[in-house]
Amino acid sequence: MDPRLTIIERRLKDIKRIIAVSGGKGGVGKSLTASVMALIFSRLGYKTGLLDLDFGGPSIHTVLGLKGALPREEKGIIPPDAHGIKFMSIIHYAGDNPSPIRGIDISNAMIELLAITRWGRLDFLIIDMPPGIGDSTLDVIRLLKRAEFLIITTESRVTLDVVNKLLNLLKELKAPIIGVIENMKLTRSSFLSKEIGALDVPFLGEIDFDSGLEDAIGNVDHILGSYSKDPIC
Amino acid sequence: MHEWALAEGIVSTALKEAERGKFTEVTRINVKIGELQQIDGDLFVSLLKEILQVEDPKLKRAEVVFENQEAILKCRVCGHEWLFSESKKGLSDEDAELIHFVPEIAHVYIRCPACKSPDFEVTKGRGVWLESIEGE
Repeated sequence: MDPRLTIIERRLKDIKRIIAVSGGKGGVGKSLTASVMALIFSRLGYKTGLLDLDFGGPSIHTVLGLKGALPREEKGIIPPDAHGIKFMSIIHYAGDNPSPIRGIDISNAMIELLAITRWGRLDFLIIDMPPGIGDSTLDVIRLLKRAEFLIITTESRVTLDVVNKLLNLLKELKAPIIGVIENMKLTRSSFLSKEIGALDVPFLGEIDFDSGLEDAIGNVDHILGSYSKDPIC
Repeated sequence: MHEWALAEGIVSTALKEAERGKFTEVTRINVKIGELQQIDGDLFVSLLKEILQVEDPKLKRAEVVFENQEAILKCRVCGHEWLFSESKKGLSDEDAELIHFVPEIAHVYIRCPACKSPDFEVTKGRGVWLESIEGE
């Protein structure tokens, strides 16, 4: 019997809300959205944790401009503080090296992190999900039963096709869906909002493409400044 | 130390199993410790005993027995099979410690000795496992 599975719920019991930022496709802005949400919650005074589950391409640490922050051991692992956020990622262990980890090993690594990480009391735990509807999505649904999914997409029909599949899966498995955000919007088209509305899923809003955002990556104050100028519509 | 978290998992799983099996008292807890996780068995047992004292009355008197399991790795590319202990000789203490925290990190720091691929599976001895409980 795997001893880690029974302890995960205890590790998460003092967390009020768990939000999994997902989207099916890569490059739609999941990591940035997860990071900005965590930063804003933290600055509003909420106790916030941020978990990067994208083991194949972790990027939260780049977005937040983190270097050398390490967890400490205390009857488990205590995540390091990152701009007021408790931050956990595979990069604490893999560093800048690639992590060539397959499905079953991804599950095992995720279960290990969930079993040993002591988040303490949190108002929000934000999870940056990897692209795809594979092991990590199924594991989050299986192991983090309270996780609510926030879906990020772009207006591309290619992306929407994958989002449709993800939403259908989440509905079938009765996983809570907060809603869909259209990111990096370039046109005034209402195509996506209508499509999402037809699926009976809340369409939460649009975020315009921000050409200056790339220059703000790694600088938290600039990122938040950039977002405050272009708030969610 | 982070072994405490895994020991809590063993105790919590043992309790769940005891309740499932309608045991009034657990007399023995059998644990397997996979070599890849590099956990000291005696230390782990002492942590388990400490947690057992405060967890649930039906676990208090349980004897804890552990067995170390050798870690075996098998390359998915060339089929070569080898022991983690062979690879460990080439690891720095820091890299070995990172594998201790998350055994899958082995894929970051270990390569198949035959073909140098990181694409291998751990066929035996990954980590801590509750083998069985005994009781009445």
